[in-house]
Amino acid sequence: MNKTVNQKAWLFVLPVFVLVAFNAIIPLMTVVNYSVQETFGDNTFFWSGVLWFEEVLNSERFHDSLFRQLMFTFSILAIEIPLGIAIALTMPRKGPWVPVCLVLMALPLLIPWNVVGAMWNIFALPDIGFLGYVLNALGFDYNFTRQPGDAWFTLILMDVWHWTSLVVLLSYAGLVSIPDAYYQAAKIDGAKGWAIFRHIQLPKMKRVLTIAVLLRFMDSFMIYTEASVLTGGGPGNSTTVLSIDLVKIALGQFDLGPAAAMSLIYFLIILLLSWVFYTLMMRNEES
Amino acid sequence: MTLELKGIEKTVGEEVHIHPTDLTLEAGSFNILLGTTLSGKTTLMQLMAGLDRPTGGRLFVDGRDVTGMRVQDRNVSMVYQQFINYPNWSVFENIASPLRVAKVSESEIKARVGQMAELLKLSAMLDRRPSELSGGQQQRTAMARALVKDSGLLLLDEPLANLDFKLREELREELPKLFADRDCVVVYATTEPTEALLLGGKTATLHEGRVTQFGTTGDIYRTPKDVISAKVFSEPPINTATIRKHDGRITLGAVASWDPPAHLAAVPDGDYELGLRPHHISPVPGEGRDVKIAGEVLVTELSGSESTVHIRVGNETWVSLSHGIHAFNVGATAELYADMRHAYYFGADGALIAG
Repeated sequence: MNKTVNQKAWLFVLPVFVLVAFNAIIPLMTVVNYSVQETFGDNTFFWSGVLWFEEVLNSERFHDSLFRQLMFTFSILAIEIPLGIAIALTMPRKGPWVPVCLVLMALPLLIPWNVVGAMWNIFALPDIGFLGYVLNALGFDYNFTRQPGDAWFTLILMDVWHWTSLVVLLSYAGLVSIPDAYYQAAKIDGAKGWAIFRHIQLPKMKRVLTIAVLLRFMDSFMIYTEASVLTGGGPGNSTTVLSIDLVKIALGQFDLGPAAAMSLIYFLIILLLSWVFYTLMMRNEES
Repeated sequence: MTLELKGIEKTVGEEVHIHPTDLTLEAGSFNILLGTTLSGKTTLMQLMAGLDRPTGGRLFVDGRDVTGMRVQDRNVSMVYQQFINYPNWSVFENIASPLRVAKVSESEIKARVGQMAELLKLSAMLDRRPSELSGGQQQRTAMARALVKDSGLLLLDEPLANLDFKLREELREELPKLFADRDCVVVYATTEPTEALLLGGKTATLHEGRVTQFGTTGDIYRTPKDVISAKVFSEPPINTATIRKHDGRITLGAVASWDPPAHLAAVPDGDYELGLRPHHISPVPGEGRDVKIAGEVLVTELSGSESTVHIRVGNETWVSLSHGIHAFNVGATAELYADMRHAYYFGADGALIAG
């Protein structure tokens, strides 16, 4: 068959190109532009090559925030994914309680992020906050504004409270889509709770769980608002994760070159890790 | 084993899902549950399996009461309309799973799974996962899993419904062979009368949670006990109309009249229900089709070598299914010829007036 070449077809694709150019490619290119130049006042630029990349990659400060970022992300993944699955398993599959549960679960997801941060900040204050007061009354020496360990505890607790619902809702969607016949077949085979979970529910939830892990990974790796309102990266630098550090460099110190280089490295790390996660979780699917 | 249902019933709240049912299914028999969707086939099967508890009645296996026994202790297997396999196990492991539960030795597992795979043409794909198989192969795997253990009761709930036409025919041909030489009770649910006829065995017609008739498939088809059983076991649906016997003639409104058959001579004059299968009425007269019935054409369907014509007869819609291509214009009047020797006559209570 002969293919007809129709150059006019490009016109139909053009709007998408323009849209993507304006919302992604052009902003990204400005960042690339800053990352390879030294910027002075009056918009004077000097070529600096890979200098900023070298500086960022060799700086201890970057290593520290990256390490904190990884610690944070893996902690919340290790808590939120199993907890989310567990909650989804206990939710009713049918009946009048289903909508009630779903609304309760969706609630934390509907609260603006900075409000979540402010809420938890007040909630956890050792003198007037409920959580802080109760912990101290119980004999714990708790003060998240002064002790790094407490700050981490509060930060992770806040994220678990805020985002476990997302994992719950995704897992629940995966669970209710399993036909009843699977459970009957398991019953006939004499399979019990754990075996049903391991051999039916978990494999059937695999796709939604992959999405849950990816979403939670990407989102938590970019966490800024809640953490910045709750601890502002403190005490000291103890909860300064990558994005907080980036804002400090870019807007606090106005080091546009290093900030741009760091943004690109940050972006590439997320891209790389997402790919690794996806490949690992989908490995068996394609073999 | 022999399965006996004595007064088994199931109600959920105010709703009756299964009316009290007595049924005896003999060892080594092939039994078909025939009925439309929601007629209670699946519920009845789940009661037989023990997946669901009856709200009344008892269930006996070889004379032993098993009503309260858990399903995993009963030695049943089930195949569903959906293709149910363990998603992350290979075909081999899937087929082997019931044997593993039964703690059968590894060498015997190998032998029996191999034999089953051979029988169901799965030998080449034992290492694959269910998601890498076609629908037909997935259902074969599920069947192998059900057949590999020597269960006393094998339930198949519309196993071919989700397969495409070709695969369905292929598997349907193989089915009777798979169950031959087995001592177990096979119960097969289907919505299709044609499928029931092709599979043979015994048939129970189900209508709104009630078993209306049970017996050898051919007999049930030829001699429906009542008008409901006849309706369940006819595809396209059997044509019905109220007729009147009067002065030694039978009249169907103003549409037609004919002489009553011998077995109707003795019944008193009055109104009766007529049942006539669609293939006993045709646009072509002859071969016993001597009663002319004319009516307005509502729908016509031509499918290859068969013609289906829907006409209005009194207040009813009748269907004629005949060989050859017979084109009619919708809205025109069609003259069809009915072979009333094959007609069923039902009394006021719906029961067949025996011939």
